[in-house]
Amino acid sequence: MAEYQTPTSEPEFHANFAQIKPRMNTSEALFESSRCLFCFDAPCINACPSGIDIPQFIRQINTGNTTGAARTIYEANYFGNACGKVCPTEVLCEGACVYNLQEVKPIEIGRLQSFATREAIEQDKQLFGPGPANGRKVAVIGAGPAGISAACELRSLGYEVDVFEAKDQPSGLTVYGVAPYKITNEEVLAEMAYLEGQFGYRVHYNQPISSRRELEALEASYDVIFLGIGLGPTNALQLPGEERSNCVGAVEFIEQLRQRHHHTAVGRRVIVLGGGNTAMDAASEAARMGAEDVVLAYRRGKEEMGAYDFEYDLAKGVGVKGLFNVAPVEIVGNGKVEGVKFVRTATLNGQVRTVPGSEFVAPCDMVIKATGQAKQTQLLALIPGLRLDDKGRIVADERTGQTTNPRYFTSGDARNGGAEVVNASSEAKAAARGIHEYLTKTKD
Amino acid sequence: MAMPDLSINFAGIKSPNPFWLASAPPTNSGYQVMKAFDAGWGGAVWKTLGVPVVNVSSRYGSMNYRDKRMVGFNNIELISDRPLSDNLREIEEVKKRFPHHAVIASLMVQSRQEWHDIVRDVQNAGSDGIELNFGCPHGMCERGMGSAVGQEPAVLQTIVEWVMEVARIPVIVKLTPNISDITEPAMAARRGGADAISLINTIQSIVGVDLDLFAPYPIVDGKGSNGGYCGPAVKPIALNMVKNCAQHPDVRLPISGIGGIENWRDAVEHILLGASSVQVCTAAMHFGFGIIREMTSGLEQYMKEKGFHTIYDMVGKALPNVKHWEDLNLKYKVTATIHEEKCIGCQLCYTACEDGAHQAIRLNAGTRVPEIIEDNCVGCNLCSLVCPVEDCITMDRRDDGSEQLTWKERTAAGTIPTEFNDERAGGRHHWVPEPAAALNKEKHKTLPGKARQYAESATALEPAPHGAGGSE
Ligand SMILES: Cc1cc2nc3c(=O)[nH]c(=O)nc-3n(C[C@H](O)[C@H](O)[C@H](O)COP(=O)(O)OP(=O)(O)OC[C@H]3O[C@@H](n4cnc5c(N)ncnc54)[C@H](O)[C@@H]3O)c2cc1C
Ligand SMILES: Cc1cc2nc3c(=O)[nH]c(=O)nc-3n(C[C@H](O)[C@H](O)[C@H](O)COP(=O)(O)O)c2cc1C
Ligand code: SF4
Ligand code: SF4
Ligand code: SF4
Repeated sequence: MAEYQTPTSEPEFHANFAQIKPRMNTSEALFESSRCLFCFDAPCINACPSGIDIPQFIRQINTGNTTGAARTIYEANYFGNACGKVCPTEVLCEGACVYNLQEVKPIEIGRLQSFATREAIEQDKQLFGPGPANGRKVAVIGAGPAGISAACELRSLGYEVDVFEAKDQPSGLTVYGVAPYKITNEEVLAEMAYLEGQFGYRVHYNQPISSRRELEALEASYDVIFLGIGLGPTNALQLPGEERSNCVGAVEFIEQLRQRHHHTAVGRRVIVLGGGNTAMDAASEAARMGAEDVVLAYRRGKEEMGAYDFEYDLAKGVGVKGLFNVAPVEIVGNGKVEGVKFVRTATLNGQVRTVPGSEFVAPCDMVIKATGQAKQTQLLALIPGLRLDDKGRIVADERTGQTTNPRYFTSGDARNGGAEVVNASSEAKAAARGIHEYLTKTKD
Repeated sequence: MAMPDLSINFAGIKSPNPFWLASAPPTNSGYQVMKAFDAGWGGAVWKTLGVPVVNVSSRYGSMNYRDKRMVGFNNIELISDRPLSDNLREIEEVKKRFPHHAVIASLMVQSRQEWHDIVRDVQNAGSDGIELNFGCPHGMCERGMGSAVGQEPAVLQTIVEWVMEVARIPVIVKLTPNISDITEPAMAARRGGADAISLINTIQSIVGVDLDLFAPYPIVDGKGSNGGYCGPAVKPIALNMVKNCAQHPDVRLPISGIGGIENWRDAVEHILLGASSVQVCTAAMHFGFGIIREMTSGLEQYMKEKGFHTIYDMVGKALPNVKHWEDLNLKYKVTATIHEEKCIGCQLCYTACEDGAHQAIRLNAGTRVPEIIEDNCVGCNLCSLVCPVEDCITMDRRDDGSEQLTWKERTAAGTIPTEFNDERAGGRHHWVPEPAAALNKEKHKTLPGKARQYAESATALEPAPHGAGGSE
């Protein structure tokens, strides 16, 4: 018997995908904030990629200044609410909390962060606004964490900002990719509406920028173009049988789940290929959608998986089983997927080798490929002078986000190759400062 | 070892243990007092009886600390508003059912005749003792009673004398702390012939101000009044006053210690400073009568461990060690030691000493464990007090214990510093950093995260400590 029944109604879906970091009530926030020691040069701040002044906002919560707490958070990170819920806090702020060294539960920083920001969002507290107009215009491509954060910061500096987004909702993978038990669509979109309401950038939905002609039009009407395009679809495996129906990419599967969960069906036996966090998410999600058997298949040993331990634990907790040291060689079936042919592997001096003659077929009726996202090389090739590194990441100045084409700036997954929402958001803020620095210098 | 004997004979009032409920809401009725005795309390001072009163609605305010409620407690309630005859009948009933428990009637009236009448009434009802409430700091004092009496030793003495004219049972005088020298009314009580004193009553206070209504708590129709403060926060004040009365050569009366007692430790502290019974109000109002189980068990365990057979083995045991400042040994020297293996790196000790004490702790690169600069440590204890880890910072003795020299002795020997820039003054050769060394010293560490990453001028940008390029 599977851990979860396939949800057949909205309440059942929400029960299967219950929030792992539920909202705190006021008493819980008071108790938890009371525990914070207010460390000097607090390690939690240093561990936060966006450098939120954590002891400060926790103290503000504790003294009943929840609005001030929200301001502290947003000053450092425009995705403050989302980050509180989706950040891997176990390896960031909460992992650095001094309480860990005392073997006491660390402060629940993420939940406190969302507590404060959620209240500000719901009460539509006006904390920020656009700066005085400076007459300059920036085009942002992509309304993900990078694009939206850049837009907010640029507006606060007085720029006119147009965001062009291929899809019909803002926040990028936050609403299309992050696991539904981390944050709900409604919560993500409420924060987006809150930011847009305060900063007043324009988002043009369903407007993919994909041709040289479109880029030229942007170059003609904007001073600078910010690339917040993230990564592309799931990499192809280049395996025979990959085209069979029910063999899907993880990013595509999750997008469908988040946007149209009523129309998302999982098989009874699902094999997830990959060992990263996305693989863990996809496996957990398949199990929560009622798959009877979910197997995570990874080429190397358990210890070598790229996923965080707590993400693997989460998957195991919903009944996912691991199958290690196996490499897929073929997706077998007859029109539809019927199994995956694997060959066993062994790792010798860090090199993965297949073991000849060890092939076997693991039967299944669905395959989810969590084998990484492709880079957006096609679009990037259309930008003159734009260099990519050997992994397809955009080369840009570490501090300012300026690319090798001086009028293009970037941050987020497109530049770092795929990290977290918090990285995209805080790097974009710095890049917006970089744009400001550049345009201030080239004023006349 | 035999179980220690918790019973007391307090100025002639016998009680199976030293824990009494103070005169207050928990002793407002026979129902409550019986329930308390049933739960294990040794005695109860009945809610003050006397002149008729009317109470307001909205009576209490609380002082909370972070998530801890009622660290301090404040009330604007008056004495009992129940009819005297009901109270007398209930006292009688309680005494019948609990002949070996202590029932003490707290009283507050005005004229000599009234005092005579009410003392006779409560004696006839079977009370074991009488407590004179000269302490209530609100409502009653405006009518010339309560603390208005307690603050005037001569008036207090006269009233005690009136009471003693008819009293056949022990009389305790309850003192108000709203006075500069508590021993003055204590000596007046003795002169008047009282058998014992109890202290402290509540401290005049405003417990807080409502930031939206601009009125003090508790709020009565938009207004408030000063009230009486009690609860855990007042224990230090109570302990000092108990000690003052216990040490004074002319007081020499049994003391019932009151103020901030919530558990056995608080009770033992009062006893070690001279109390031979203790009274509890706020803790019973907060947690109910059930706390008595922890109090008696803790007291018993402590007495067993210390080898005390009776309460009297420990009464006043700390008094010989409470000295005047001038009698303390100036040669005694402690400094702080950080036990690295316990340190969790919060650096609270560092910032406390750096900003609030003597710049005797330094931070070193590559570790979050601070280091004590022993030469600069004056042994103030601050770091060890702020450290959140038990026994992580200890204060260790550095002198060899062979020398003893007090301020008094130095004064006698003529070696005390006498001039403003005297070589013999304490902080004379203590190292203090140059004032300007403070500027920008560690601003980057105390500035909010954003400011750390994006310094005001774009050109002075420092790279983000961890900001860039994080990846899975
Ligand atoms: C399955 C999965 C789970 C994840 N889980 C977490 C998690 O739990 N916690 C966490 O912190 N991070 C998580 N991440 C990572 C996180 O979502 C990303 O790091 C982050 O969203 C990157 O932000 P971005 O703005 O750079 O890119 P994206 O979020 O990818 O946003 C890019 C946006 O640009 C648009 N776009 C792209 N090309 C064009 C174009 N040519 N024209 C117009 N618009 C375009 C896209 O439609 C998209 O909206 C997860 C990622 C995945 C794939
Ligand atoms: C609501 C309230 C009413 C009180 N009423 C009386 C009273 O009628 N008579 C009296 O002698 N003391 C009265 N007190 C003072 C208490 O008996 C006691 O002295 C004081 O609260 C300190 O003890 P605690 O810290 O244990 O509360 C009252 C205290 C409170 C909180
Ligand atoms: S490390 Fe933990 S205790 Fe210290 S300030 Fe950060 S959250 Fe608070
Ligand atoms: S005892 Fe006082 S002076 Fe010494 S290190 Fe601690 S805080 Fe500083
Ligand atoms: S206060 Fe204690 S735990 Fe914190 S840094 Fe200092 S010694 Fe370490």
